Amino acid sequence: MIRLIEDNDPTSFEKLKLLYPHASNAFIIGITGSPGVGKSTLIDALITQFRELDKKVAILAVDPSSPFSGGAILGDRIRMQRHATDEKVFIRSMASRGQKGGLSRATKDAVVVFSAMGYEIIIIETVGAGQAEFDIANIAHSIGIVTSPGAGDGIQAVKAGILETGDIFIVNKSDKLDADASVHQLNMMIEMRKSSKTNWKAQVLKTIAQNGTGVKEVADAFLSHFDFMKNNNLIDQKRNAMEKSYFNSLLKDLILEKLFLYMKNSEACKKIEKEIQSGSMDPLSAAEFLVNKLIVFKNNE
Amino acid sequence: METKNKIRVLIAKPGLDGHDKGAKIVALALRDAGMEVIYSGLHQTLEQIIQTATQESVDVIGLSIMSGAHLPISEKLIAMMKEQGLDNVNLTVGGVIPFQDIPKLKEMGVAEVFPGGTSFKDIITSMNKLFE
Repeated sequence: MIRLIEDNDPTSFEKLKLLYPHASNAFIIGITGSPGVGKSTLIDALITQFRELDKKVAILAVDPSSPFSGGAILGDRIRMQRHATDEKVFIRSMASRGQKGGLSRATKDAVVVFSAMGYEIIIIETVGAGQAEFDIANIAHSIGIVTSPGAGDGIQAVKAGILETGDIFIVNKSDKLDADASVHQLNMMIEMRKSSKTNWKAQVLKTIAQNGTGVKEVADAFLSHFDFMKNNNLIDQKRNAMEKSYFNSLLKDLILEKLFLYMKNSEACKKIEKEIQSGSMDPLSAAEFLVNKLIVFKNNE
Repeated sequence: METKNKIRVLIAKPGLDGHDKGAKIVALALRDAGMEVIYSGLHQTLEQIIQTATQESVDVIGLSIMSGAHLPISEKLIAMMKEQGLDNVNLTVGGVIPFQDIPKLKEMGVAEVFPGGTSFKDIITSMNKLFE
């Protein structure tokens, strides 16, 4: 099913519609952070924790596609292979396939599938670069940001945008020098950040994911964040935001698909393309002209 | 939006053989040929390989075997693939494979065999051919 989504198979859309009403109960966790800070290893340890609570866990590990060949090496699950034969754990790797934002629409679709399959906790792992964080805030209930000591640059990256969205900060590899300094810096930044929309106080936790140290605390922190959201009626609010964002991205995709299909078969479009090539029309005017011609909105409708 | 179907490949090393340079380099070559490669690492049990192939919905399982156990491993894995309903998944085997074993492997149902020394070009061409 996820394969059909990735390949944008026409039948997947209808199937998703059937699944969507059954996909509302999962707790969705986003884990992001720079490459090499130990996201996959941390997730591996988190799976163990959640399995001890007898939760069904699904993991969606998103890795970048090569911009040159379109291929990808999906290696996150190497760190999680010990869970491969646990039937209550489902690990799926996904290539970003060149979509901006780090998280593809297919990711959101896949979350719907996992949730409908009855997975109680869904963990999404993304490369925390650029825009990805903003996307993940629209998919996940809780966001964990992973960094490691001495990664001054890592914290800089965090500062650039995700600070507002992070609910739990994890300083991994905390047996390394300067771990406490990183914790301190993060705590300061959290203090300084403009009051978030809720009263949730972001936590900074230390872990050594490789041997499991501190991971139980991280799992507990995620669960207590989820409880906090439930107790403060934030879940519905979040769901509305998620649905709106999903709706927007679906709209964009569907319109584009339709538009390109139309353009492929339209003589008028071919003519305009030729005019651009010959220089008699500039691309800006051409795009404006086409869109105005094709999409007409009626007011009061 | 990208709609072209990608070939998804699982590269796995079953058992105790710890030489994964070759597997990693082949994984890179396949990526450069535009495929999505799931690399599951060393010391995989056959159960892990089957589960991974199922969850990752791959088109190809590529085993890398240097231990000499390619015949029993392939035979067992093919039986397990049938049991799990992975009928549309192709199995390929690479590594240290004596030439006289190639026909035996193919008879079992291995789609392609890439013994040491096979060029990337040949591997990629044969992989693509499986889906023409």
